Amino acid sequence: MSQHRTRINRRTALGAGVAVAALGGRAFAQAAKYGPGASATEIKLGQTMPYSGPASAYGTIGKLHQEYFKVLNASGGVNGRKITLISLDDGYSPPKTVEQVRRLVEQDEVLALFQTLGTPCNSAIHKYVNAKKVPHLLLATGATKWGDPKNYPWTIGFNLSYQSEGAIYAKWLLKNKPNAKVGILYQNDDYGKDVLKGVKDGLGAAGAKMIVKEATYEVSDPTVDSQILTLQGSGADTFINITTPKFGAQAVRKAWDSGWKPLHIINNVSASIGSVLIPAGVEKAVGAVTVQYYKDPNDPQWKDDPAMLEWRGFMGKYYRDGDPKDASNIYAYITVQTMVQILKQCGNDLTRENVMRQAANLKNFRSNLLLPGMSMNTSPTDFYPIEQGQLAKFTGQLWEGFGDLISTNAG
Amino acid sequence: MRGLDRRQLAGLAVLLVLACALPFLVANYRVFQITLVLAYAIALLGLNMLTGYNGQISLGHGAFYAIGAYTAAILMDKAGWPYWATIPVAGAVCFVAGFLFGLPALRLEGLYLALATFALGVAMPQILKHKSIEEWTGGVQGIVIVKPDAPAWTGLSQDQWLYFFCLAWVLLLFVLGWNLLRGRVGRAMVAIRDQPIAAQAMGVNTAMVKSLTFGVSALYTGIAGALGAIAVQFVAPDSFSFFLSITLLTGVVIGGLASISGAFFGAVFIQFIPNIADEISKAAPWAIYGIVLIAFMYTMPTGVAGFVRIARARLARRRGGSTVR
Repeated sequence: MSQHRTRINRRTALGAGVAVAALGGRAFAQAAKYGPGASATEIKLGQTMPYSGPASAYGTIGKLHQEYFKVLNASGGVNGRKITLISLDDGYSPPKTVEQVRRLVEQDEVLALFQTLGTPCNSAIHKYVNAKKVPHLLLATGATKWGDPKNYPWTIGFNLSYQSEGAIYAKWLLKNKPNAKVGILYQNDDYGKDVLKGVKDGLGAAGAKMIVKEATYEVSDPTVDSQILTLQGSGADTFINITTPKFGAQAVRKAWDSGWKPLHIINNVSASIGSVLIPAGVEKAVGAVTVQYYKDPNDPQWKDDPAMLEWRGFMGKYYRDGDPKDASNIYAYITVQTMVQILKQCGNDLTRENVMRQAANLKNFRSNLLLPGMSMNTSPTDFYPIEQGQLAKFTGQLWEGFGDLISTNAG
Repeated sequence: MRGLDRRQLAGLAVLLVLACALPFLVANYRVFQITLVLAYAIALLGLNMLTGYNGQISLGHGAFYAIGAYTAAILMDKAGWPYWATIPVAGAVCFVAGFLFGLPALRLEGLYLALATFALGVAMPQILKHKSIEEWTGGVQGIVIVKPDAPAWTGLSQDQWLYFFCLAWVLLLFVLGWNLLRGRVGRAMVAIRDQPIAAQAMGVNTAMVKSLTFGVSALYTGIAGALGAIAVQFVAPDSFSFFLSITLLTGVVIGGLASISGAFFGAVFIQFIPNIADEISKAAPWAIYGIVLIAFMYTMPTGVAGFVRIARARLARRRGGSTVR
């Protein structure tokens, strides 16, 4: 705007003023600002995805993003600009992530990175992207460390963080079972400790009294049977199960077979019906509790939900290769909607600084695939878009949501 | 034994000049990629000593690469060592590890040795995560390393400087390797591969040579791991999955077994072919990779280095023929 004004001379000032007022939008467009990877016709984004390697099942997320942008571009893009997403394979190998991200930043010159996947992969580029001041947005990982605006002002996560999840369980227990005697089993690594910290912080002062026993296991352990017996022996009546799928299934079975049968809270990582509850025996998990934050594609209560129908329509028409039962495809749809929202908010100021400013300025943004009533909020001091979840109870066939949304500021 | 003739020396000199000019001609990101190629080339030469020259198959060299990388990372991060000082230590640690692993592995031949090393490669990522050493290794989180700056007098970027640092190590290790493989020890290694009984009858200490080969091979791979870690600025167990070991073996075979120059061809292959495969298909990058691999093996059964050798011999014969006439 200021540039525009300096050019007009006195004689035309009045007329120009009227014109500016009348064509406000047009005048604004002339003042458009572009950073690397953005122009009047195109916005370039970059990402790394595990299209090959041990985590290749998550590759569907990147594929959905690309199809979504194709459809969006056909209908005009964002503010008239087409979106190009350069999505590269890193095979879930951190050195490859570094290489590919350097390509995206230094050769392709993308405006921002979007949904780079995996905790180790993002750890490898964390310092680099912050040194280069490239927006590192909506990372596809649950670690809590991504929301650290003070030390890493260019990185912003997406998932409900592990600590938030733990805090939600704690909050619910405090309200509904304040006299619970809690036994906790957790995987002895940063993921397990991350969830545990959320639980402990959430319980606060009451935690010392409520938690009667903690047990840990190593990923290399054959079973967690003895840990379950230890927890049972402690007299705990509530079991917080912070495990990965294989151990989750063992814990579900043992907690039932040993006759313990506590109130069983299973963390989201192990809440998969297919890979945990069915192998363990679904009847042994009836009544178990977990947290959800987006709609489950297999849950019949969303069968005729408009957002779900829209998503199914998209899957059927534009992404036939994708599995409509795979929750990752719901997740990917929500994240790409969020990215589009950030770009919309940027208007015509497509500099990296403004992209970051807008990513940290989501106000009550709703994706209808999130659970009803949920919205995303970020601010310059809050880099966690999702801080709410709803508890769900296992019926023997599916996870059924219950109660109100629970919010947390635990991070 | 045959030294290099003048034409070959001149060729090497030209290559060296080109190698020195390269980082000024391409973008920093490419320089970084080529630095990784150099690191891989060192690892491949190490593995080639063992597999190509000595006939012992290792499916676990990714483990030594990881040990080298972690040694450098831990020394820099926890002990505050300068990056350049960590390289020889990484090599020494891997030499000892390789030698010790080589001793019992001697009893194993061919496929059995392949399986024993396979176990090492598979176990390494989990060992690195173990809680008893988590204080140093950082567990699954890994270790972030600070990228070394170029000395001010050079005026180089960080990437360019690291490239020259790696290039220096490549020169040193390849000259040493060339001398080793073309000398008495090299002949003993090849003899053990081809005729173990005859070699023993000739007075070759089979056990010692095999163990030492294992040690030196691990030393090379460990140095490569340390250089790679410094270039990438990050180590984590997931960086050294079992697939790395297979990748290294692929590189050796593609480059050419029992060939020194083959290490470079192999390194270029393992660095760039996955990227090309990804460009061609997101749905099945590994299928593309496999097709390229098969194509290479069919058209160049002796590896790229073997192909170049044959092509040069044919060319020389043709040229020789024409001058006679």
